[in-house]
Order: sequence, then structure tokens, then C-alpha cells
Amino acid sequence: MTAALTEGAADERVARRNPLRRLLVRPELGALIGAAALFVFFSVTADAFLQTSSFSTVLYASSTFGIMAVGVSLLMIGGEFDLSAGVLVTSAALVASLVSFQLTLNVWVGVLISLVVTLALGVLNGLLYVWTKLPSFIVTLATFLMLAGANLGVTKAVTGNVASDSISDMDGFKSAKRVFASEIGVVDHQIRISARPAVFTGPHVSITVLWWLLFTAVATWILLRTRAGNWIFAVGGNAASARAVGVPVARTKIGLFAGVAFCAWFSGMHLLFAFATVQSGEGVGNEFFYIICAVIGGCLLTGGYGSAVGAAIGAFIFGMVNKGIVYADWNPDWFRFFLGAALLAATVVNHLVRRRAER
Amino acid sequence: MTALVKLSGVGKDYGSVIALRDVSLEVAAGQVVCVLGDNGAGKSTLIKIIAGLHRHDTGTYEVAGEPVSFASPRDALDLGIATVYQDLAVVPLMPVWRNFFLGSEKRARFGRLDVEFMRRTTRDELLAMGIDLRDVDQPIGTLSGGERQCVAIARAVYFGAKVLVLDEPTAALGVKQAGVVLRYIVQARDRGLGVVFITHNPHHAYPVGDRFLILNRGRPLGYHDKSDITREELTALMAGGAELEQLAHELQATGAAEAAREVEDETRSLGIQDP
Repeated sequence: MTAALTEGAADERVARRNPLRRLLVRPELGALIGAAALFVFFSVTADAFLQTSSFSTVLYASSTFGIMAVGVSLLMIGGEFDLSAGVLVTSAALVASLVSFQLTLNVWVGVLISLVVTLALGVLNGLLYVWTKLPSFIVTLATFLMLAGANLGVTKAVTGNVASDSISDMDGFKSAKRVFASEIGVVDHQIRISARPAVFTGPHVSITVLWWLLFTAVATWILLRTRAGNWIFAVGGNAASARAVGVPVARTKIGLFAGVAFCAWFSGMHLLFAFATVQSGEGVGNEFFYIICAVIGGCLLTGGYGSAVGAAIGAFIFGMVNKGIVYADWNPDWFRFFLGAALLAATVVNHLVRRRAER
Repeated sequence: MTALVKLSGVGKDYGSVIALRDVSLEVAAGQVVCVLGDNGAGKSTLIKIIAGLHRHDTGTYEVAGEPVSFASPRDALDLGIATVYQDLAVVPLMPVWRNFFLGSEKRARFGRLDVEFMRRTTRDELLAMGIDLRDVDQPIGTLSGGERQCVAIARAVYFGAKVLVLDEPTAALGVKQAGVVLRYIVQARDRGLGVVFITHNPHHAYPVGDRFLILNRGRPLGYHDKSDITREELTALMAGGAELEQLAHELQATGAAEAAREVEDETRSLGIQDP
């Protein structure tokens, strides 16, 4: 290497970014500040907010949306939406419940069949997207409507009712409930898992909170430390470039839709084993809450940027606003108003952040 | 010596549009072949065929003597044909090192990415090209155009490219940065790579090229060794003397006499004035 060459190249170096600015372009940062601010705000204004029981309620609400936000945020980083995610949860629960009840099977068989069916529906979303080359917004809007109709139609045809029959006395229900819908907490200075909250003598929290943290950790690992993660960022950031360097774009996107379906299956199982029966009209509208969690958490709507941790913080913000309003004795009718304001603020911050990152 | 890449009478249609017809081209190791042409001349189509994004409709495409017809860019890459696109095929929001290894990630045990190795390699490979990036974690979108171009070239060379296809690498660059990129083209040639250098700038092509293929409206207008063409002739072929003269007339008509005279002088000095 000649001296002149090195010198010439050195002149073109970009300005060094200081550590503070590097921190500022982390996708989670805006959400983290927002979460901290909300936490302080509700701690001061709502006396009940800091009690352990109400805080576990906040965490529970956060977890039920947070589990879905994991899959939805990965899909969004990959550049796509899934509007069918909300009703897919209900579909998953209905499949498990109807199959187990009608065929009088151990509920675990229904759970596994539901897993297969739900994953297939997710893959179908992906295939439809790949085949039609239409925006995923349109494709999943169509599957959303079809699933919402099918949930209602099939349930009524099979049970003659809008809800599925209760499966609480069927084989395997107890063990499935322990996995999907129990509580973990302190009984006489020991940590125990139980399906009956009454047994706990100390603080306890829904097991979904643990699953939520686990899923978020796994998703973070996938995103940052695996080849698949690299591909997810790439197909969302610039699909044409990704294809040109040999990334299997279609396979990656289909996998992401399947990931959302997996989360929907899990959430569906929680729903089923928490209540033993499923309302077939449920889930409509929830898809937007999942998207909101991801966006508040710093995922770009246009893809290519975001994190699973951010989505988890987004879900926590969602849970705090959802329950905090109640503890603060405000009119809960205003919940969506605050959620909308949070969404707007988050999107503006994200936009500024991306402009900085791209500069 | 067998050519690394050899096209004979290659053509491509998009529906009723003939994008390319009868193009022949040969690149050997340690050789730079420049493809010149104005917008719409068929340069991009030619690149896409070589890179494996499109299949050719007529003619033959041989790599190291074997006829090929690629189904995807991956196939071309596997045979050592690496293409650096005009938009560079980078993902702006991703860190430099992730872009460097995108599609060819290095993995350690359990499918885990070998992040340390990839960071270090990216830093070292770029240093070897004279770019000192202390922070390979910055989004590649924050680099200058010339630096991004060099990252893309370094990536292709690192992944064992035998033939480097460069799509207008100097088009969007300033004079100095274009010079840096041209130097890397020479460097790649000296390392024994075959280079296909697509450009519409004869002043960039002439100093580094061994052979020149000029395209016009999808057809070859000439295929010359450096020894039998001068820079002026190349420029003339590229620009098309008639078009320059037309420009002079138009400028005169709008009253820009000064500019018109300049264009006329230019035309005369190039020896391309119509009789």
C-alpha cells in the first residue's frame, strides 16, 4: 500500500460518531425513556400502581400482548404486516378446543393439531404474499376477514353456539393449564407454579410473563446472532439488494409469517386454558395493538430496523397505560386516546432516529 | 488461455422490446473489459445476464469454457462471478460488517454467527484497500459513495470472485473518489481478476481498460483492443458526432452562441464533425 493511497482514503473518512449519538440510534431507546416516564407518572398519580398485585396485573396484560408482539415485530423488521394475527389467536384456540371436544381426545392432541393448523395458516399467508406479489397489508387483510368469518361460521356449525364448549373436565386440561395459563409465585418462601392463584401466600405473576421474556430473549438472539436474523434485517431493509447477494427472500418472509403464527398459537392456547371456552368473535382489532407495541418499541413500519426488546418495552408501555388508567381512577374510555398519542409520539421519534442513522 | 467469461451473439427480449442483440464479449484473467454506452444502450441488461438475474434468450454464455444459463445470482456467485451493482446491493441501515458478509455469513457452532471474526475480517479487508473504519458497526448508509463502492468491491474480492462485474461504479462519484475506485479496479486486475467495467464515461474507461465494447440501442457498435483505438475515437463513438452537432445547432437557435461555439470546437477537436 502506498502512502499516497492511504492518505487519500483517510481524507474520505466519515466523521466519528460520539458514544451518546450511537446510543441515541438504538431502536429501543425512545421506548425505554417513554416506559420510565410512564412508570414514574403512574407511580405518583395512582397509589395502587406500585402494589405487587396490581403490578402483576400490569405485567400480565403486557405479556399477553407482548408474546404476539415478538412475532409481529420480527415480521415488521422483515418489512411486512400481518393483519390476521388477532383473529389467528382465536382460530388457534378454536381448533384445539373443537378438535379435542368433538373427537373426545386428550386436549394435548388438540393442542398439537392446532399448532400444525396455525403454522399452516401462517405459511399460507406467506405463500399468498410471495405468489401474488401484493402488499402483505392487502393479503393479510383478506385472510383476516376470511378467518374472522370462518371462526364464527365453523363454531356455530359445530356447536350451535358462538362459543366453544368448555373443555375444563377433559383429559390433559390440568397439565396444559399449568403450561399455558398458570401462575408462578411464592408459597411459604418457596417458588411454585399453580393454576389456582389462591394458594399463593406471597407475590405471584402469570406464567405468560415468563414465556414472554423467554420468547423475547430467543427472538433477540435470532435477530442479532444468527444468519436468519441477518436475513430478516436485510429483506426488510432492501429486499432487492438482499436477493442480489444470495439471501433467500421468499423463504425468509414465509418463515416470518410462520413465526407470527407460532406466537398466535401460543396466545391461543393461553386463551383456551385460562377460560376453558373460546368466544369465536374474539381477537378482532387486537392485530393493531400488536403492531402498536412493535412500533412504540422502535420498529420501523417500512422494515429493516427495530428490535424484539423494543417490542417488549412497547408491550410493557401498552400494559401500563391499559391498567394504569384504571388504577389512577380515570375513565378507561380514554385508554385508546392515550394509546394513540403514545403511538404518534413514538412514530415521530422513530422517524427522527432513522434520519440520523441514515445520514 | 480460456476466457473466464465469454458471451457469443447473446440477445435478450423483454416481451416485444429487444433489449440486447448479438453481443459478444470475452474477459480473461488480469484483463479489464469496458462496456460503454449511453442510457438505454443495454448495459444493464448485459450485466443482469452475466450476473444471473436474467437468462439470455439467444446466443451462448460460457464460463471457463462451459456453457451456462443461470437460474439465480447465487449460481453465478458460485462460479466466481461477482457483480457490484449501481445501487451496490447494500442495505443502508445495516452495519458495515453485516453488509460485508450478507448472504455468506460465517457461522460458529450451533448456527451462531461468528460476529468477532466477521467484524475483524471486515476491518482488515477494508484496511487493505486503504479505508480505515474504526467502527464497522456504523450503518453502511453513513459511508461516502466511494467508500461504499470500495466495501462492495472488497466484499466481492474477499469471497473469491474470479470475475468482477462493476455496474457504473464511478457514475455518482466526484472526481477524486472516482479516481480511488479506478485505482481499485487496477488493483483487482493486478491480482489476476477479470473485470467487466460498465460505464458511460470514456475518460474513466480508457485509462484502465484493455478492451472496449461500445453498445448503442442494444447492439454492439464496436469492440476494440486498446491498441487500435484512441481516447478521442472512443469518446467520439460514445457520444455520436451527429448528436453533438445537433446540440450546437440547438444552442445557437436559443442564442447561446458562446456555448454553441464551445461545443463546435469540441466536435472539431474530436475529429467527428460530419462532412
